[in-house]
Amino acid sequence: MTKALNELSITEAARGLRAGEFSVRELWDACVSVAKERNTELNAYLEIFEADEEAMAVAQKRIDTEKDAAPLLCGIPLAMKDNILIEGKVASAASRMLENHVAVRDATITKKLKEAGALFIGRTNMDEFAMGSSTEHSAYGVAKNPLDVSRTAGGSSGGSASAVAAHIGLAGLGTDTGGSIRQPAAHTGLVGMKPTYGAVSRSGLIALGSSLDQAGPLAKTVADAKILFDTLEGKDELDATTLPDSMRNTKEVPSVFRIGVPRDLLSKGMDADVLAHFNETLSRLEAEGHTLVDVSLPTSEYALPVYYVIMPAEASANLARFDGIRYGHAARGETLLSDYVLSKTEGFGPETVRRILLGTFVLSSGYIDAYYRKADAVRDVLRDEYNTAFKEVDVIAFPTTPSPAFKFGEKSDPVSMYLEDIFTVTANLTGMPAISVPMGTVEREGVLLPTGMHFTAPHGADQLLFKIGALVTKETL
Amino acid sequence: MSESRTSAEDVQRLAALARIQVNESDLEGFATEFESILAYVGKLDELSLPDTEKRVPELRNVFREDGEPFVPGTWTEKIVGQFPEKEGDSLSVKQIIAHD
Repeated sequence: MTKALNELSITEAARGLRAGEFSVRELWDACVSVAKERNTELNAYLEIFEADEEAMAVAQKRIDTEKDAAPLLCGIPLAMKDNILIEGKVASAASRMLENHVAVRDATITKKLKEAGALFIGRTNMDEFAMGSSTEHSAYGVAKNPLDVSRTAGGSSGGSASAVAAHIGLAGLGTDTGGSIRQPAAHTGLVGMKPTYGAVSRSGLIALGSSLDQAGPLAKTVADAKILFDTLEGKDELDATTLPDSMRNTKEVPSVFRIGVPRDLLSKGMDADVLAHFNETLSRLEAEGHTLVDVSLPTSEYALPVYYVIMPAEASANLARFDGIRYGHAARGETLLSDYVLSKTEGFGPETVRRILLGTFVLSSGYIDAYYRKADAVRDVLRDEYNTAFKEVDVIAFPTTPSPAFKFGEKSDPVSMYLEDIFTVTANLTGMPAISVPMGTVEREGVLLPTGMHFTAPHGADQLLFKIGALVTKETL
Repeated sequence: MSESRTSAEDVQRLAALARIQVNESDLEGFATEFESILAYVGKLDELSLPDTEKRVPELRNVFREDGEPFVPGTWTEKIVGQFPEKEGDSLSVKQIIAHD
């Protein structure tokens, strides 16, 4: 059976475009017409853009003249998370605060994607300022999981995940502060990757936790995720934390992997069938000649508490800039102070307020040593433990989440929602790269829901993840 | 620290520091949630750390050579376009110092 154009992967579409089987315009129209139809239900896109005729013409011309030398992303329609700036478009981070905020410039990654000839279908729904694991904190309604619309698509990049899983975007861009690319990927059957901190520029992203944030791909295949990562990565003068080539890991990608498995951490809190898939996947890899090694990462059980100190601390500092003076929601009261207070109070949703208050608390005099400085010190310990483990293994395996996609309203208290990120946050705290790839489905109430296999690689060894990911999905890269 | 109670007054005080108003009716709810979050985060208390100095990341110069400044005015129109209130190209704000 031939796939509809919107159902293609980047690799398949790039091949078809070069073979002249269809045009850039036909690919765009196929995606956008289905997007307009399905988005009413899914709410994956907050806005579907008008076709950019000029960009489309340029992309078609490049494919026609440069053929195979044209970038693989040329003419490919992508879904962009609403916290990544595209010049002239609204970038709201799904907040009332930035409802009318028009980006004055492109993010560095937007610029790179445009240079590669990629097209943007629209900006996707998310938890407000990327704070959440379900898009239930969006100011514009939830994004639904196309596999079961009574369930969330995960978050915070849930809109991009929903769009790609519903085939209304060939691939998508997300940002990941504690799992916000990988967890939605796991819940929608996609590949999601968080690059090494500093591998991809953060310039032009609306910041949540500046020492944790990275942008990365949500894609239908590992090959597609790699195409996007290879386009996005690289040192950027506009982001001083991007890594120069001299600091990148040049470790050769092995053909036989030593896979570290932290058994101690998987003994409780996991759904039995998810754990069974995890074990089966590992057994299959072992049967194919890879080795499994037990690793000990005892401090990992403190990773989530550490994250819920560091992230709100950084968020409260980053979000202080939204004061209603220069841009964004601007309420006016009697005094300048009341202008600030009213703008913030009206502009921020409840989860954002919760995290700003929490961040204010952990940074306040009298508590900063017990919370923030302690948490910061634990990051070093976590990094050391991983580095020690990486002397024996090439990658470390986890399930991405303990359970499949959950129902709306199921995790109404904050801590139960925070626990969604239990396996993913450590990679953000250590700055190491990580990927989630589909590892089979589990049945819930008669519906088959996907689960995710998660690998962490040493700092800078992003390319290892595509190789091991492709072994799980049985792709040839 | 995990035993400490968070009161509505604590939430009120933090909100004032963060320049956010929390409705009276929401104060108790925030206080209860805070308690459960802090109880969870308070797990850090039981962890004893090696008595080592905080490491600083490897230092390197991240600044480019000075030169090639933007042509003045390149961004003005776009940035001024976002101002909620303005006079010409200037951002207008309320008077900061009171005269009384």
